[in-house]
Amino acid sequence: MIDNLPFLVVAITILLGLYTLLFRKDLIKMIMGISLIEAGVNLFLIALGYRWESIAPIFTGAPSLAMVMPTVQALTLTSIVIGVATLALLLSMVMIIYRHYHTTDVREVTKLQG
Amino acid sequence: MDIILDNLPGLLIAIPLLGAFLTPLVSRAGDAARNIWVLLTVALTSLCGLLIASRVLETGTIVYTFGVQHLSEIIPPDSGGIPIRIIFTIDPLSAFMLIIASIVSFCIILYSLSSMEKLSGKDGFFTLLLLLIAGVYGMIATGDLFNFFVFLEISSLAGAALVAYRIDKGVAAEAGLKYAALSTLGGLLFLVAIGFLYVQYNSLNMAVIASRMNLTGLDIIAFVLFFTALAMKCGAVPMHFWTPDSYAMAPSAVTAFLVVSSQASLYALFRVCFTLYGGQINPLTVGWVMIILGVLSMFIGVTMAIPQKDVKRLMAYHAVSQTGYMLLGVGVGLAALSSTCMFNSVGMTALKGGLFHIMNHALYKGLLFLTAGVIMYRCGTRNLNQLGGLGHNMKWTMVFFMIGALAIAGIPPFNGFASKLLIYESTFLFNPLLAVIAMVVSILTLASFVKVFHSMFMGPKLPEYEDVKEAPAPMLIAMAILAILVILFGIFPQTVIDTLVAPAATALIDYHGYAAAVLGAQS
Repeated sequence: MIDNLPFLVVAITILLGLYTLLFRKDLIKMIMGISLIEAGVNLFLIALGYRWESIAPIFTGAPSLAMVMPTVQALTLTSIVIGVATLALLLSMVMIIYRHYHTTDVREVTKLQG
Repeated sequence: MDIILDNLPGLLIAIPLLGAFLTPLVSRAGDAARNIWVLLTVALTSLCGLLIASRVLETGTIVYTFGVQHLSEIIPPDSGGIPIRIIFTIDPLSAFMLIIASIVSFCIILYSLSSMEKLSGKDGFFTLLLLLIAGVYGMIATGDLFNFFVFLEISSLAGAALVAYRIDKGVAAEAGLKYAALSTLGGLLFLVAIGFLYVQYNSLNMAVIASRMNLTGLDIIAFVLFFTALAMKCGAVPMHFWTPDSYAMAPSAVTAFLVVSSQASLYALFRVCFTLYGGQINPLTVGWVMIILGVLSMFIGVTMAIPQKDVKRLMAYHAVSQTGYMLLGVGVGLAALSSTCMFNSVGMTALKGGLFHIMNHALYKGLLFLTAGVIMYRCGTRNLNQLGGLGHNMKWTMVFFMIGALAIAGIPPFNGFASKLLIYESTFLFNPLLAVIAMVVSILTLASFVKVFHSMFMGPKLPEYEDVKEAPAPMLIAMAILAILVILFGIFPQTVIDTLVAPAATALIDYHGYAAAVLGAQS
């Protein structure tokens, strides 16, 4: 049971993010939803990287040479960096939209239709 | 010389990335210097792409590993048979996509040198455009799932920023936001699916995963996630809503390349279905899902296109509709894999048709978007109701538009006909109803483009466009390259099919060959 706790947290975070993305009408809050999903996915990747009864790949004073390959940790770092870039881009677009439309309500940001 | 030739796949990514980030620096020396720099960068990249493609078609799949000297070191001896480095795997299918990206990227850069001339913010524009190109090349060339995700994000971020580049009273930012949000969501779905595969197979390399795949429950969930994310990114109905917005609001040259970037996602979708899950998924089920998506995209795309008044929005809906043809062709090919006899009679032709249509679509759709860009550049509007009589002054643009329009409607002797004929023939044998729908959609496409042609170019000269001029030379050259290729591919389709499309289709179904190219290199 305790092994699966991280995945439970992952599921809750992603579902909360999806809920926010789908049911909130404010652009900033929707982007918060995307950010929550991103956090959930990152946590998911990190949780996958943990293997029971194994050691971290730090060579100094390691008891044995069988170590866990730190691939997912590297992935998570990359994914966090990409996430920051995406977040900045999304928020800057919302800023521009607010400057021109004077609102961040999705129901009113609808000049492109049909 | 050999060292350059051996490292071409690395250069394919390195040159545009380096070129992109040096662009703002070079432009300190003036506009002319920057233009030469950007053109040189993209010309070198396209040359790399074409060289790699020709080598692949000559000698077979190229496996390029970053950071090793000898091919034998691709899989380190102490890693338990897992390649831990980033590997580019370029098989004939990737080579096929590389050719498309090379041609279109060169044309759009040439075009935008001229179309951006009077506008501000050119440094950022060309930096982003080169980044977009690098991202698309990476998506095509890579053989590593996570690496694919990174390049997918590079191309989506650069694409979204370019869509919103001309803020246009906030409307372009709205389109860009939609594109960025959707791409991010798609990317995250993709990442979760990668996690599912990594935890079972301990690897990120597509060849390793493909050879170890045994379709557990988690794999099926991962497959659904991959499929959804990539179908979203390639703009298939019902996930198409971002396409008209972003294609219409992006600068025309960018739109022409966004089409290629959607097709790179389409390529990845085929790669996932045929190679990553090759021989494991039920071809009939997945094939039919693809066919249904394709038919929906075809039909809804074209019916939405007919009432549009904005010429680029109209063309964007046609892009959705044409994506449907590719999905239909390849879907029939996949469904036919369920029986050898059916595959030999129907499947191969359908696959060839679907893949050939990708290339043709990139060429004629690029051409059409570029002509729309010329109209926008010279007349300042995209509204069909305000345009008219442009044929008197813009003769070349009119000819290029005509070539593109006839090609998209599938009229011989243009390239759209060649690939659509293959799709009709094979789908008719598979299920006659599908072929009928495909033909009806073609007729509707023709009708829609006749309307556009008439309202833009025909009729008397309008007073406000009395002395509108022909497009500048670089724009005309860029369009001419695409137009000539559209005609050549239409007149000699068999040559193109034999040299490019058939190897790509064979590589697509040969998942053992893909895995062996990477894993077999160690012995």
